[in-house]
Amino acid sequence: MLKVNNIEVVYSDVILVLRGVSLEVPDGQMVSLLGANGAGKSTTLKAISGLLRTQEGEVTRGSIEFDGQRIDNLTPDEIVRLGIVQVIEGRPLFQHLTVEENLRTGALFRSASSKEIAQDIERVYHFFPRLRDFRTRTSGYLSGGEQQMIVIGRALMAKPKLMLLDEPSLGLAPMLVQDIFGIIKQINEESGVSILLVEQNANIALKTAGYAYVMESGRIVLDGSSAQLSQNADIKEFYLGLTSVGERKSYRDVKHYKRRKRWIG
Amino acid sequence: MNWVLVPQQVINGLLNGGTLALIALGIVLIFKSSEVFNFAAGHMVMLGAFLTWMFAGGEGTGEELFKLPLWAAVIAASIVAIGIGFLIERLALRPMTGQPLLAIILMTLGLSQVMEGVTTVAYGVQPKGNFPAPFSPSDAFNIPVPPVNGASIVFLDRLQIGHARLATFVVAIIAAVLFILFFQYTKTGLAMRATSENHELAQSMGIKVSRVFGWSWAIAGIVATLGGVLLATLSGVSVSLSTVALVAFPAILLGGLESFPGAIVGGLLVGLAQEIVRASTVVEVRNASDIAPYILLLIILVLRPEGLFGQRRIERI
Repeated sequence: MLKVNNIEVVYSDVILVLRGVSLEVPDGQMVSLLGANGAGKSTTLKAISGLLRTQEGEVTRGSIEFDGQRIDNLTPDEIVRLGIVQVIEGRPLFQHLTVEENLRTGALFRSASSKEIAQDIERVYHFFPRLRDFRTRTSGYLSGGEQQMIVIGRALMAKPKLMLLDEPSLGLAPMLVQDIFGIIKQINEESGVSILLVEQNANIALKTAGYAYVMESGRIVLDGSSAQLSQNADIKEFYLGLTSVGERKSYRDVKHYKRRKRWIG
Repeated sequence: MNWVLVPQQVINGLLNGGTLALIALGIVLIFKSSEVFNFAAGHMVMLGAFLTWMFAGGEGTGEELFKLPLWAAVIAASIVAIGIGFLIERLALRPMTGQPLLAIILMTLGLSQVMEGVTTVAYGVQPKGNFPAPFSPSDAFNIPVPPVNGASIVFLDRLQIGHARLATFVVAIIAAVLFILFFQYTKTGLAMRATSENHELAQSMGIKVSRVFGWSWAIAGIVATLGGVLLATLSGVSVSLSTVALVAFPAILLGGLESFPGAIVGGLLVGLAQEIVRASTVVEVRNASDIAPYILLLIILVLRPEGLFGQRRIERI
């Protein structure tokens, strides 16, 4: 189980981006983290996975615990070995490697036999049958949806206990987003992998995950079960684009930024 | 142009190209794992040659620390080279993590100066003529070629294949094949290929990037030592061995920076270009044979910017 306690993150020793973020991901659960651009969602994920260090960032206060062990002072590869894998935003691939080589890179740190690895690759193909047809293709030339599948599949190869997904819906067609989220849910339910999901697409995130946190300017401003949050008037208005009656909103009706101020600062 | 020289020069050129190819391989290896162009490659070659020379008995004054047979000296020097490789990663590269690539590349330039300085201090500036070469430069297989219609088509009616040159060539080709297999089929090879594309991503997959760098510098150290030994066999040990890098650079760019077969073909082509120019009348131009590789490079890069076997940049539109 992941526990983030009141962390502060500073970039380049001066820029304070997270100002006391706390959240929890219970075993086998799927939790989403919502928020506007620049709210600090990706930074939170990087703080957990340790990748912050490669970008001159640092956790200056608070602690991050995984299965009772503090991980905020570990290096990214040590954290991966504990079972936390981050799927970085923008689905970065090893473009010149083939699809299957990309999948293999996910398991490089494990001392698994080639038979086990072959089984794990089969498991990825079970979730993403389409990748099987492209196994020897250079991954850089595949479509965005297929690349997203590779990236999630590659993370799965690490046999993680917790997967940190950063905006899997980015730049994908609505149909594909549905598909991908369906598979993410399937992975969560079939393999028991806990998932912490960062999304801009609040609609689908609230439908898929059981619990959600909302971030604004570097802190958590709201949290609750997805069912609760979908009923919350502010969430409906700011994230789901609906008014309280459930109609489509017109910009004329509200000066929503005035009410939004309540969250900022 | 003296045409009777050409067949012999072609053979010499190809065989010389073998060493270039081997040295080029070391540079490609580092580039492939870390995207760093190693300007210190020539100096690693020189250092490898000096180390081997030292382990094999040095000046031979009778008070030397080591007096190993050549094969053992090469192994000892390779082990030191591995150590130096890891040391470079730990002391010079790791503090540079996250810095712009250009800074790291310039750091290798600085490294080359340090190596040159250290070697000069340790071994002096005098060239050493007593390298325990397994072959004398004059040993050669002679293949007689009779005159055709009363006119010689080759110099002295025979072709010579120098033992040392042939050995260099064979070692270089074997090393290249081993490399290709290593990169394509082992886990470390895959880790290196992955790391070269994206350090941060590789880290997020649990790959120990610093260890990958350490290994690639260590292996490059071994390759450079081998190259140094082969070169020293032909020309003795001196600080100026490092200038071989100036010829290896066009070889790599020719072949494509990321390609092992490219490094081999590039090395051979550069060797060939040098020797053919040497046999021609262009020799009146000062250092024509040193300029030739760069002219060849210019032509090929205009036609194929990624080099002969280089990776095309993947761009989806």
